[in-house]
Amino acid sequence: MNIPVEYFIALSTLLFFIGVFGFVTRRNLVAMLISIELILNSVDINFAVFNRILFPAQFEGFFFTLFSIGVSAAETAVALAIIINVYRNYHSDQVNSIENMKF
Amino acid sequence: MANLVMFCILAVVILGSAVMCVITKRIIRAATFLLFVLFGVAGIYFLLDYTYLGAAQISVYAGGITVMYIFAIQLVSKRSLQGLIERVKGSRVISGLLLSLVGLATVGVVLIKNNFINAAAQVTDTEVPMDQIGTALLGSGKYQYVLPFEFISVFLLACIIGGIMIARKEDKK
Repeated sequence: MNIPVEYFIALSTLLFFIGVFGFVTRRNLVAMLISIELILNSVDINFAVFNRILFPAQFEGFFFTLFSIGVSAAETAVALAIIINVYRNYHSDQVNSIENMKF
Repeated sequence: MANLVMFCILAVVILGSAVMCVITKRIIRAATFLLFVLFGVAGIYFLLDYTYLGAAQISVYAGGITVMYIFAIQLVSKRSLQGLIERVKGSRVISGLLLSLVGLATVGVVLIKNNFINAAAQVTDTEVPMDQIGTALLGSGKYQYVLPFEFISVFLLACIIGGIMIARKEDKK
């Protein structure tokens, strides 16, 4: 373990802002959800790295990452269900098509 | 040294796939590049000797979430999503790029000015023992995590029911 912690943090920062760029740029619902996955992964890397390198005897970051993986799986399932429903109702998958929130 | 080489390879794979995932126009390619990013992050966990976390990442993210994306893309339409060429406005790309660079500069300056991470402890290359993880995951004492564990099982059940309720076709009344 002779990798400086700054390298990991630089990696997760770059990954986070790539995700932010995708989230701002894309207008497809599935593509925006994929960008959110990138952001979540960068945050998970940060949790694991801080736990491992700064406090190797404890497990808070480890379990936070583990539960974050589970929560993001559930979030993806519900979001994809919503996207399928939006497509069924509006026949489009762009966010611009969902301008009125009434059914 | 070997760790550093592995880290560089993983970082190149992760960042390259992430950039391709964001800028590619076809949505199915974006999902495929997301798969590579997830494998790279699992490799980072293996590099940190969090083997259990890497296995969970591969089985849940790469095995579950990516398959869910592929199914959703294939299910939504034959025409719209699979061969979708998305048009992106140039002004939106510029504003997104500007926003990302400003945020990146802010975080970078904070990280450079702040030197609390120089006090990093040297960690030996030992894998975290599995019985320690299991005891901490299912114990109810201090620094043990049975309550979030049970909570996330109820949460997953609620999400299963919610997903079915949202995605099913409405009855013809």
